[in-house]
Amino acid sequence: MNARATPFRGSLVSREQVAVYEFSWAAAIFVPLVAIFLQAFVTAKLRWLAVLDLPMMVVIFFAVARRNPVTGCITGAIIGLLQDSLGGPSHPIGMFGITDTIIGYAASSLGVKIDVENPGTRFLITYIFLVVHDAIYFGVGRGLLRQPLVWSWSHVAIAGLANAVVGVFVYHLLDRFKQK
Amino acid sequence: MGTAQTEPSHFCDNNANGLCRAGPVMETLLGRYKNLIVLAAILFAQLIGLAVQVKRPTQEGDIRLIRVWAIAAVTPFEKAVVHTQNFIHDKWTGYVWLRGVRGENADLRDQIERMKLEQTRLTEDANMARRLQTLLQFKEQYVENTVAAQVIGTSGNDQSRLLYIDKGSDDGLKPDMAVITPTGIVGKIVQVSSGSAQVLPINDQLSGVGAALKDSRLQGILKGAPNGTTTLQYIMADEPVKPGEVVITSGGDRIFPKGLDIGRVAAVEPGKDLFLNIRVTPSARLNRLEEVLVITKVEYKLPDATDLGPIRASDILSERLPGVPSAQPVDANGNPVPQPGATSPAAGAAGTGAPATTTGTTQNAGAPNTAAGTRTSVPAGTAATKPATASPTGGTASRPANQAGAGAGRGATLPQPAGQSAAGANPAAAATNATKPVRKPPVSTPPANTQPPAAKPPEVVPQ
Repeated sequence: MNARATPFRGSLVSREQVAVYEFSWAAAIFVPLVAIFLQAFVTAKLRWLAVLDLPMMVVIFFAVARRNPVTGCITGAIIGLLQDSLGGPSHPIGMFGITDTIIGYAASSLGVKIDVENPGTRFLITYIFLVVHDAIYFGVGRGLLRQPLVWSWSHVAIAGLANAVVGVFVYHLLDRFKQK
Repeated sequence: MGTAQTEPSHFCDNNANGLCRAGPVMETLLGRYKNLIVLAAILFAQLIGLAVQVKRPTQEGDIRLIRVWAIAAVTPFEKAVVHTQNFIHDKWTGYVWLRGVRGENADLRDQIERMKLEQTRLTEDANMARRLQTLLQFKEQYVENTVAAQVIGTSGNDQSRLLYIDKGSDDGLKPDMAVITPTGIVGKIVQVSSGSAQVLPINDQLSGVGAALKDSRLQGILKGAPNGTTTLQYIMADEPVKPGEVVITSGGDRIFPKGLDIGRVAAVEPGKDLFLNIRVTPSARLNRLEEVLVITKVEYKLPDATDLGPIRASDILSERLPGVPSAQPVDANGNPVPQPGATSPAAGAAGTGAPATTTGTTQNAGAPNTAAGTRTSVPAGTAATKPATASPTGGTASRPANQAGAGAGRGATLPQPAGQSAAGANPAAAATNATKPVRKPPVSTPPANTQPPAAKPPEVVPQ
């Protein structure tokens, strides 16, 4: 696949630095599934790993790489709904879907404007998106569904830090599936 | 972003006539906000999915969230439409469209007047219904059959206080039936016609009612006076009677059931001879009667053993003295026939533990004296129901409490079984009331097979 230029206005980087990547269908299907499987399987064994959100990292990765908001929305919605489907009977389907849809849209829109290949940038956007992700999830669950959720800044800060650190390595691993 | 397309629509190539100018604009908007529209569509679809599956608990049960949201979304618009409609309608009908209002106003005023009259009538009916309802409840407590009647007139002179009621022999009324109200007795029927009846109230000078003081159980006769007052007579002057004491029917006149409220003692004054002149204020408002109940059938109840009245020293003394033997009926062979309700000397000695079924003169010999000294109290119903199996020479007939004579009123006031107020049957005993030793309240009857202690004095307490 060839990289193609996208319409660009007011970017923080030069137009030449912004490239759009595509992925094989196998990678587009199995990477999210593996992420969801690991999220469900590993946390069953190691509960403390539930602080990581691998599906959200995958959504961010695909959205930033493709730099297409529509694709980012759909990718986030699908991954989020799959993640919801494993949530059990007490977990309404759609909470992660809505959250990841917004994250996918925001990440793809951001990827159009800034260079997200840098590890520092990846660390930062992962941290920020994790906070936004938790905030949206809390808002949907508490505000719309009246679920007894509790907001903890310390937990969100630690989770954001952990996800950002792990995300840098995950993104580096997923870079191998990029196709220009 | 940045993918806006400004190419003209293929369906509106010829837009010179202005018919298809909206097409390119719409396409431009869709292209410019395509990403946001897709985002909104996906989020909306997921929100709908959430709303369908999630239920919100309410007082009426769980309601799906989509229903809650739908109501919350639609209700404000509905309210706005309805309020606007009402506002316009009110302004129109209140300030513009006033045709026929004057005539309608006059009709309404007439209707109000008619309804006021109707309301007055209904209020009177409601009050009457309440009074009759009270009468009915009262009836259930005391009497078996009654006939409700309305007072339709009086005798019309000062000397007689006769009342006329609107029920007569056609309704089952007969002379000497008691007339009452929920608050107290009224009088008795003296004359009956087919559709009306005369009632002699208790404050008439010709009236006389067997009465008793509720607390002290002193009995007398309540008589009316020409001035409309009522006095309780034949109460000994040495009896302690206090104003405010409740006066009830004694049942001795065979007209009024026992225990009906008559009134309260208003004043106590020394009267002629040795009796008090006790003025009684009737409980029933005899001067303002509207509805009354005529007791056509009295419900006689057995005295309750748990409701034991005071006991008098005269009762004990009367039991120590030999009484006048009652005539014992005999059968064809000349054998005495037991009388239900009559207490034998053995029954008088029932408290001594004499078996109730024991018969024979051996045990009852000399019973009047020894039995009285050793007898313990027996509940009223118990003594009254024992068969008279003893010799007639020693027994003092046990009477129901409501048949106690006027003499029974002279005694101390400690609780006693109602069936033992026999002093009234023995004037001599009543006269020997000076010492007034009184017995303790009834104690349990010893077992039937217990041998009575010989000549044990009665347990007495000072008054």
